[in-house]
Amino acid sequence: MLELRNISKTFAPGTVNEKKAISGLSLNVEDGDFITIIGSNGAGKSTLFNAIAGSFFVDDGFIFLGGQDITYLEEHKRSRVIGRMFQDPLKGTAPSMTIEENLALAYLRSSEGTSPFSRISARDKKNFREQLSKLGMGLEDRMKDPVGLLSGGQRQALTLLMATIVTPKVLLLDEHTAALDPGTAEKVIELTKSIVEAGHITCLMITHNMKQALSTGNRTLLMNDGHIVLDVSGEERNALTPKDLIEKFKNKVGEELDNDRILLST
Amino acid sequence: MAYIIKTALELGLLYAPIPLALFLSFRILNIADMTTDGCFVLGAVVSVTWAAAGHPVLGIFLAMAAGVLAGFVTAMLQTRFGVPSILAGIITNFGLYTVNLWVMGGSSNVNLLKTETLFTMFRRGASFAGAYSDMLLIAIITFAAAAGLIWFLSTRLGLSIRATGDNADMVRASSVNPRFTTTVGLCVSNSLTALSGGMVGQYQNTADINSGTGIVVIALACLIIGETVLGKKSMFKGAVAAILGSIIYRVIYAVVLKTRIVPMQGLKLMTAVVVAFAIAFPTIKEQLHFARKKHLASKDASGKEA
Repeated sequence: MLELRNISKTFAPGTVNEKKAISGLSLNVEDGDFITIIGSNGAGKSTLFNAIAGSFFVDDGFIFLGGQDITYLEEHKRSRVIGRMFQDPLKGTAPSMTIEENLALAYLRSSEGTSPFSRISARDKKNFREQLSKLGMGLEDRMKDPVGLLSGGQRQALTLLMATIVTPKVLLLDEHTAALDPGTAEKVIELTKSIVEAGHITCLMITHNMKQALSTGNRTLLMNDGHIVLDVSGEERNALTPKDLIEKFKNKVGEELDNDRILLST
Repeated sequence: MAYIIKTALELGLLYAPIPLALFLSFRILNIADMTTDGCFVLGAVVSVTWAAAGHPVLGIFLAMAAGVLAGFVTAMLQTRFGVPSILAGIITNFGLYTVNLWVMGGSSNVNLLKTETLFTMFRRGASFAGAYSDMLLIAIITFAAAAGLIWFLSTRLGLSIRATGDNADMVRASSVNPRFTTTVGLCVSNSLTALSGGMVGQYQNTADINSGTGIVVIALACLIIGETVLGKKSMFKGAVAAILGSIIYRVIYAVVLKTRIVPMQGLKLMTAVVVAFAIAFPTIKEQLHFARKKHLASKDASGKEA
């Protein structure tokens, strides 16, 4: 489904700040995979997502999505088939626009061929309402409210809906529950699981929660220094505990896992 | 007095498309578009030159088309070539001076003497309106422009333009190119500015190379006055506020002109102060709030020591 072939990315090359964020990384994501990704600070997890989403072009290598070469496809064109969420609830929505208008924007991804001068139809509104009610947050009765009035959890749930309202081929979740309180985070994770399952969406999720990394999805990647150092799935993964994972990391990399948030949450 | 109000209303409505344009570029897209001054003159010279050639109606449409081009140049500079947005407008504005001279065939002004204009045509057609026919025509055009803008902002394209100023990342995530939406937004806003220039030119029967100086600041003042009176909660309110602000500004202007409460030369300084203060207001408020907090805290601390 998604294939990264030997991709590299260096920031600020040739300066004192040169940083090899990803070097020679290859990854094959199967259709319907739900992959969780953990790793040290600065391991290149978010850079990996930026490369897939097209926030920048990679220096080397190729990216294929559904058999199509998207290595040099611009970000806004990729976003038709790639949904994305960030840690910061403010990043995914336009605060001064209403819930309905935000959803209409997200729904533009399905609009190829329709007139740019068309407006939100009654049918769209009904559809948005139905989808919102599935979140179970009462947002369906607040469709005319500006998104800026919503809480972080509500905004993140709305962003999740926006990222999946047109079913993407790949969904990228970058610690999308990290800024939420534990209860809300739990709720958003449950929502994520049910939406991903219902839509049979291929999904990659960065998390700092070891337990979550092992209990969610079907495959787990450990990243360090721009490489994937561990890739577990199936029986092997089922048998792992968070402690095993930290141990395995130490054996592979030869140093302690350096991510205070991971260590604090285990 | 009635005459003052009538003139103020006419001028307010004539210039109202500019605060409308800034409502789109400054408020919605979050861009301070310095093309405005030159674009206004461009609208005036194109419309007056074509009116002088016997095509007043066509002149207005060509003025708007010229405005679109001016906006397009500014937009290209900032979205494609990395010129900082304020500088992009200043550069276009500077270059437009020469373009405007060219349009007028090298002279610094063009006058309409006994030539047909939009207004003379309308006076004949709408004789029932009598002395108010000019105002009626201006009101029709300006309100049509405002209605068009409000409609445009509710379309899918309009929604993506609104989101661009709010959160460009999200626009990109919705498969829309923010460069594209910024460009369309600036083209539309500058066509409104040029529409105003086009109307003013034919209304005053003249176009002058220097008639646009400082018009962006005046229009900002209008926008801010309107928003203070009406609020800016919705697109509808924002657009109406721009028109209302423009009228209020012209009434103030007329009163100052008549009564000389403030010397005439002082008007620009006054406008500048109003605009600077209104834009700085949120920051000033925050600083005052912080200063009060600090003061209370230090009083508290010294109280405990005693």
